[in-house]
Amino acid sequence: MREALEGSQAIARAVALCRPQVVAAYPITPQTHIVEGLARLIADGLLAAELVSVESEFSAASVVLGAAAAGSRSYTASASQGILLMSEVLYNISGLRIPVVLTCANRAVSSPVSIWNDHQDSMAVRDSGWIQLYCADNQEAVDTTIQAFRISERTELPVMVCMDGFTLTHTLEPIDLPEAAQVDAFLPPFHFSRTLSSVAPLSQGTLVSPEFFTEMRYLQHRAFDAAEREILETDRDWGHLVGRECGGLLHVEGDREAPVGILAMGSVYGTLKDAHQAGLLGRHVRLLRLRSFRPFPAEAIRRACTGLADLLVLDRALSPGSGGIVAHEIRSALYGVPGAPRVANVVVGLGGRNVPDGIFREMLDSLEKNPPAFSFFDLDPRKLPDPGPDASAPSGSLFSPR
Amino acid sequence: MVEIRIHGRGGQGNVLAAYLLATAAFLEGKYSQAFPSFGAERRGAPIAAFVRIESTPILRRSQVTAPRYLILQDHGLLRIAETVTGLVREGAILVNSPDSADTIRSRLGEEGFSIDPSVRIASIPATRLAMELMGRPIPNAPLLSAFLSLTGILSADSLVQALSGRFSGDVLQKNLSLVKAGGSLVEAGLWKETVNA
Repeated sequence: MREALEGSQAIARAVALCRPQVVAAYPITPQTHIVEGLARLIADGLLAAELVSVESEFSAASVVLGAAAAGSRSYTASASQGILLMSEVLYNISGLRIPVVLTCANRAVSSPVSIWNDHQDSMAVRDSGWIQLYCADNQEAVDTTIQAFRISERTELPVMVCMDGFTLTHTLEPIDLPEAAQVDAFLPPFHFSRTLSSVAPLSQGTLVSPEFFTEMRYLQHRAFDAAEREILETDRDWGHLVGRECGGLLHVEGDREAPVGILAMGSVYGTLKDAHQAGLLGRHVRLLRLRSFRPFPAEAIRRACTGLADLLVLDRALSPGSGGIVAHEIRSALYGVPGAPRVANVVVGLGGRNVPDGIFREMLDSLEKNPPAFSFFDLDPRKLPDPGPDASAPSGSLFSPR
Repeated sequence: MVEIRIHGRGGQGNVLAAYLLATAAFLEGKYSQAFPSFGAERRGAPIAAFVRIESTPILRRSQVTAPRYLILQDHGLLRIAETVTGLVREGAILVNSPDSADTIRSRLGEEGFSIDPSVRIASIPATRLAMELMGRPIPNAPLLSAFLSLTGILSADSLVQALSGRFSGDVLQKNLSLVKAGGSLVEAGLWKETVNA
């Protein structure tokens, strides 16, 4: 049923539709409303789950690890420093191949302290062995949350559903929540193949000698190949059930024959698509939205880039001393491909900086002036200690209170 | 697309006002979007919230930098340049203030903010109303009601319905009386607005 819902409340309701048996989370802005919403649903008797109040994110991740290993469908959510505090356990969950779903309400990482949105937190754990799916809007975040449980349980890989903090979590908009019967039909009860049990005891997480370690890691890596197929199939099945899909691994639209493309992840894609539809880009542009960052769909990216002369890759996180992170991997996927596009990388919207619809045309215009391989596109040089004589505001900085 | 920016101070129900407006639009079968600019809820700090209303799905998620309407819950914020930044020509400002629209216009001039002559200004003493009818200085319900009455963009009934989805009992009743009082203080249809594709 369609309702006007805040993103976080919609996620809480979507999680409840998946009937988790254990929820453990520690509140952190901008994730808090999700956990509050779930706590309320449990307190009101609308969700029969064990809510475990923990003293830190480390414990939250540890609780869902244990609960899922014991056979319970388990859910947690966090952001920013909370994700980093979880990071040791995130590796354990994935290495033990335990199905868990986590919502990352994407937020910048300290220091400097920022409660606002970028992708630094989930990017910091990109190598932790979790599937990472990035959502373009709240409808997709709801649908992806439900899909995530199925993907996780079928692949025995944990899934991180990444949704932009505030931009999605705190935005109220019309959302279609599926019926409980639809979700029940889509998502059968959780059965974990290696459930910890006193009746049939087994050990998990034992010491692995050099004799077997590489093989364990190889199997974990290979599981992501199967995950690509599972993500596509799950999205298709969801589409058959409710009449809308979330874009699989990589969604391509716009002007398919255009020689210029823009690739983005997360909610900024909506503003980009709006600018495209409104004719603000000033040229034909192919639009690429990367939904699955892990697994990284290299083959789909190569196909989507066929015929492109230039590809602009937006990053909303930074690897200091290197540059953007998504672009790095895009270039790697295109390495050695004959006729591969030139990749220009811009980092924008760090720490909640507004990404206005007019900025995309400026980026595209810059492609015609032999741009650097990497740049801070919305940097305001006037704010630097040594701004230089020609420093001027980026034209994107229209409204920045405080 | 109609874009609205609400300014106020933390604790005045700014984000709630945005959510109520977007919910009322949704209830009339329109597409809508509402979100805060700050999110860090601190009492007394300047807060902005954004609303978009359209007859087709809304894709853009950038902040509202060129609003058609400003709703100011605290007239003290007229001293801050960001409050009026980007307001479009022939836009309009609704201010919670006991002062007249003319007084507010000249004060904006004194602060050095250039407001296009085509910009319309209206005011209602929403805090005073809220203190009288609710006993708390939360001006959002009468301001929203006045805004809907001025623009006719949505019906007051939809606002009542949105409030009923959030509140109940005494709080709801007081808010409903504030809706009635706020709407009656302005000239209905003075800022006639429609949502088009």
